[in-house]
Amino acid sequence: MKSFHLALAFLSLAQAADAQVPVLNVLTYDSFVPEWGPGPAIEKGFETTCACDLQWITAGDGAAILARLKLEGADATADVVLGLDTSLTENARATGLFTPHGLTLANDLPVPFSDPDFIPFDWGWFAFVYDKTKLASPPNSFRDLADSDLKVVIEDPRSSTPGLGLVMWIKAAYGDGAAALWGELADNIVTVTPSWDQAYGMFLSGEADMVLSYTTSPAYHLIAEQDATKAAAAFDEGHYLQIEVAGMLKSSAHPDLARAFLAYLGGDAAQEVLPTTNWMYPAKTSAGGLPVGFETLITPAKSLLFSGTEAEAMRQTAVEEWQNALAR
Amino acid sequence: MAKRAGPLTLGAVALSGGIAVLVLGTALVLAAQAQGFSLRPADWDALIFTLKQAGLSALCATVLAVPTARALARRRFVGRGAMVALMGAPFLLPVVVAVVGMLAVYGRNGVFNQALQALGLPPVPIFGLQGVVMTNVFFDLPLATRILLNGWAAIPAERFRLAETLGLPPQSQFRHIEAPMLRSRLPGTFSTVFLLCLTSFVVSLSLGGGPAATTLELAIYQALRFDFDLGRAALLAGMQLATCAIAVAMAGRMTMAAGLGSGLDRMSEVPAPGGWRRGVDGLVLAGVAVFLCLPLGAVVQAGLGGLADLPAAVWQAAGRSLVMAILSAAIALMAGLCLALAASRGIGPRWIGLVAMLPMAASGLVLGTGLFVVLRPITTPEAAALPVTVLVNAVMALPFIYRLVLPQAEELEQGYARLCATLGLTGWARLRFVTLPRLARPLGLGCGIAAALAMGDLGVVALFAGQDSATLPLMVQRLAGAYRMDQAAGAGLLLVTLSFVLFYLCDLGGRRAAA
Repeated sequence: MKSFHLALAFLSLAQAADAQVPVLNVLTYDSFVPEWGPGPAIEKGFETTCACDLQWITAGDGAAILARLKLEGADATADVVLGLDTSLTENARATGLFTPHGLTLANDLPVPFSDPDFIPFDWGWFAFVYDKTKLASPPNSFRDLADSDLKVVIEDPRSSTPGLGLVMWIKAAYGDGAAALWGELADNIVTVTPSWDQAYGMFLSGEADMVLSYTTSPAYHLIAEQDATKAAAAFDEGHYLQIEVAGMLKSSAHPDLARAFLAYLGGDAAQEVLPTTNWMYPAKTSAGGLPVGFETLITPAKSLLFSGTEAEAMRQTAVEEWQNALAR
Repeated sequence: MAKRAGPLTLGAVALSGGIAVLVLGTALVLAAQAQGFSLRPADWDALIFTLKQAGLSALCATVLAVPTARALARRRFVGRGAMVALMGAPFLLPVVVAVVGMLAVYGRNGVFNQALQALGLPPVPIFGLQGVVMTNVFFDLPLATRILLNGWAAIPAERFRLAETLGLPPQSQFRHIEAPMLRSRLPGTFSTVFLLCLTSFVVSLSLGGGPAATTLELAIYQALRFDFDLGRAALLAGMQLATCAIAVAMAGRMTMAAGLGSGLDRMSEVPAPGGWRRGVDGLVLAGVAVFLCLPLGAVVQAGLGGLADLPAAVWQAAGRSLVMAILSAAIALMAGLCLALAASRGIGPRWIGLVAMLPMAASGLVLGTGLFVVLRPITTPEAAALPVTVLVNAVMALPFIYRLVLPQAEELEQGYARLCATLGLTGWARLRFVTLPRLARPLGLGCGIAAALAMGDLGVVALFAGQDSATLPLMVQRLAGAYRMDQAAGAGLLLVTLSFVLFYLCDLGGRRAAA
């Protein structure tokens, strides 16, 4: 009888291993999963350690991820959410859908960062990118830019996370003077695009002298295209940070697996993938250092960042300030 | 006319009910989940800007389409067939790709401003209302021209023969034959273009120069994405649908039946007067050809480089998109024909006309989000991605088929209904021998538009697509989002080419079947 039970248990175990490999669903943004993004390498790497099947679920961008979570509520498909940034984390936490990850992972972000619900996986400084061969002396501050007759293209804070980042950047640097600064910048802004890729495409085709992007953008051109003409302008006011984070959902049926994934994401194997696929800085630089080419990038002297609570509290006012200043 | 509830009546009732539920229901689903309903002051500015840009664009496109379609209708020249086919191309471009094409021509470094510079003239900036209207005209002038061209083709040849026998000069021919046709076609054409411009936000925002160029659709996007204010999104979607209802009602009121009667199905030969009229027609056609071809050429040129090294996933997505587009077009074709026939015969619900146009004013994001909420308890979004996308694209394309087929279906009804009744031709026999051959032209064109629209759509699939169900437009976006602008341009060119081939085959099929 005992052996029968044992056999039964063995059989069901074998079946589980065969047909019911646990599935870990990770909700992320669209550009994370294609073959040229970080997704495939991270999926493959994690699956060799976990005896599980990692499935990606996608939404357009960080804001779309959050909107989807709110639509799904406590009944979410995802176990892990990857790709919110610090201007969304407070809003995400307030949904009550996340659960503390309980991990202590080292990071070397330029500002102290520790959050019970979210682990950082990569980060970057927002910056205006220009072409060195066309612009010999780039502006060194927002004031400088406003006084120049340079043309820039920016993203809309109502539809794009970099666009929101710029609004936060100017708010962090100028506080109550932000609206006035936007007024001065108005004649430099050639247009506002719904998404980052449109703005960047317009810059590349010469519609503007500079584009709002990241200090790491020139690394793409240097490493992937052997093109050293792009650079980011260092601004005296400091540069606003975007820290991308991941967290696990309370509703997950596989909390241990979800936590293991977060730990994997913070580890060397995943971190080494990110710089040349997501073109951001890894949250923790591995012993091997950053890829060759990253040493050419500017390092801002000062990093700006609102806490999640501050960002959430001022988002709407800051966007309305932007809108009023530019909508004349 | 049979008054009993035949399959056509039942089909029309079911279809119009289904569409109304889908379009209005999804907005109501959001409203039901809302915490509260309030608009922001900026939303009213968005409404005003939306009406302004859509109205101006529709006016320009429709006015310019009259001389263009007339010249195309009455002139025979080498390359005319190619030009008619090309008329389909701009409309099929994904918006993002078209914006790139327009910028390459009219942007700061574009051919146009370089030419101005060479002549010592100041550059003309594209960013602003002028750029928005010009890009919308680039998109929609060809469509308006094709709608009107079908109108000219539908004038019975006997009318022009009679006019010639009577020795009517060209201006009288216009007054008595062509003007009545225009009166029956122009309001519908205007409202179609108006509705097309109503829901676009990428053109307005990227070329509008700043947040003053905010449309309702962008406000909806903001409400759903960053603010998660479902009530506001539902209100804005309601405003958009109300605008559509008003536009359709006004167009309906202004439309007059052409009253030309039917002919003996002879190929219409529109008289081609010589002299200065010939020169003007030539200038119009040359001008339009240059206006349309320059940005198209820029798209091709930009894409050729990246076409060679497209990742394998792009080709898989292309195959997936093709199958989905063909399915969507087939569904839209049957549904559109059913509604247009029912409306032309005065059977089925009286609000068919409005319901058939509603999808044009539906916000893709509201539709997708509403469906997401409804389907969520039943299935996973990833499993529903492809069927939902096919269905929504079919519904979104239905207004084009309906709008194209309806005028000819009405003329068919006026001209042949009694003959059919006398001959006892009903049901399938009437459909096969009378209806389909006479409607083949607009059906082919509509089917082509439906297929191409489905091919390029990015609205709904983005909300549902998982790892393995990406479509070609989504791939273009993923490439561009990863700095791979050249490959994105290549994939964009692939998308445009496939869309155009689909469109061309359907359109050609329609024209062959009609001839």
